[in-house]
Amino acid sequence: MTELTDATGPAEPVAFPQDRTCPYHPPTGYDPLRDGRALSRVTLYDGREAWLVTAYAAARALLADPRLSSDRRLPGFPSPTPRFEAARYRKVALLGEDDPEHQRQRRMMIPAFTVKRATALRPTIQRTVDGLLDAMIAQGPPAELVSAFALPVPSMVICGLLGVPYADHEFFEEQSRRLLRGPTADDTEAARERLEDYLGGLVDAKAKEPEPGDGILDEIVHQRLRTGELERSDAVSLAVILLVAGHETTANMISLGTYTLLRHPGRLAELRADPGLLPATVEELLRMLSIAEGLQRVAVEDIEIAGTTIRAGEGVLFATSVINRDTAQYDDPDALDLHRPALHHLAFGFGIHQCLGQNLARAELEIALGSLVTRLPGLRLAAPADAIPFKPGDTIQGMLELPVTW
Amino acid sequence: MHIDIDKDVCIGAGQCALAAPGVFTQDDDGYSTLVPGHENGTGDPMVREAARACPVSAITVRDSTG
Repeated sequence: MTELTDATGPAEPVAFPQDRTCPYHPPTGYDPLRDGRALSRVTLYDGREAWLVTAYAAARALLADPRLSSDRRLPGFPSPTPRFEAARYRKVALLGEDDPEHQRQRRMMIPAFTVKRATALRPTIQRTVDGLLDAMIAQGPPAELVSAFALPVPSMVICGLLGVPYADHEFFEEQSRRLLRGPTADDTEAARERLEDYLGGLVDAKAKEPEPGDGILDEIVHQRLRTGELERSDAVSLAVILLVAGHETTANMISLGTYTLLRHPGRLAELRADPGLLPATVEELLRMLSIAEGLQRVAVEDIEIAGTTIRAGEGVLFATSVINRDTAQYDDPDALDLHRPALHHLAFGFGIHQCLGQNLARAELEIALGSLVTRLPGLRLAAPADAIPFKPGDTIQGMLELPVTW
Repeated sequence: MHIDIDKDVCIGAGQCALAAPGVFTQDDDGYSTLVPGHENGTGDPMVREAARACPVSAITVRDSTG
């Protein structure tokens, strides 16, 4: 991309993570890394260095490589933030585990997250979306789209799916927000404890029910916990991850996806004229926005990749937003193109940890974005585009608020 | 065309069923499986795309003649 960088790269490692300048483009601070190189040294907040992978082929190979571990307790694991470092020694279900334990946990969860199950949920998701849009239209315009729509859609859907009472949404949304971007490590840890206490209580209550309810947590409790297949602490850790990952990520994609479409009026008109483009639009937004930036691993053996050796014990991070704009994989990667084959993007990761909820996320995004632009043909931003705040670079990317009118 | 699915490796991501829904589906446990009657891939050009989309390389596609 940039022609100013020589083959050896920038003289000083760039800092990671960095804030985006535009919410739907990678941080401009990573521009020196967008010259086709596979990986570079970067500096973390505490002055330690790690590898940052920025090329598509190398990212696919490394994310599928069992010599890279997700066990954050291992020495050299690259903590991107102080709050991550503070939680490093806690056991984290699924995403903090390597195989075979990871596989054991993943296999318990996959029947609930298949393409078929996501398809079967579509009428429920549509009803949720319709109800929220009805309320927003009755009260507006204008509206603040994050609180009126982007957050409640996935929050209601995941509550129904897991068997968590939506009446508690203000509590768990607030704790999730602090877990993912609390002001201090202490605040983040306090939020995690409150979520664990809350979901632990719910798990215990479900365990006392003679018959399981129809939520995924009911299945976990009755089929895995009561049979001794899972310990209570693992069941609670799984519940926290499913609840937090199940609403925060999708909410960010809805808010940032809407903002991005509104900033590309030609593409939005194209989508409105041909609703058949909706699935491709969702894939392209997933690729372009790459909201889960900076997946982390640590090498447990030396790995040769693209002429470089990653040594055992070195940290490896993945700049998803840059990887998904590799010109070796995508033509004109900075453009929003609703006709490109974007399917192989790495926005959901790759390898054994690839997002469990991706099929649910796709269904929610298609229905939420599709219904929003269809019901509100005059939808537009209600504030100057560059004055609308978005999230800092050290967490999942998305809009902090999104004032709209129609 | 011959398609092999390694169910010991499959993580149920559903990428194959998404890429080539005429050939791949998921069983009740969430593992990838071939749609009945389409075990030979029926020449679907998306079969190779599905194999490439698999995050854990659980799908192998071979030409029957090779």
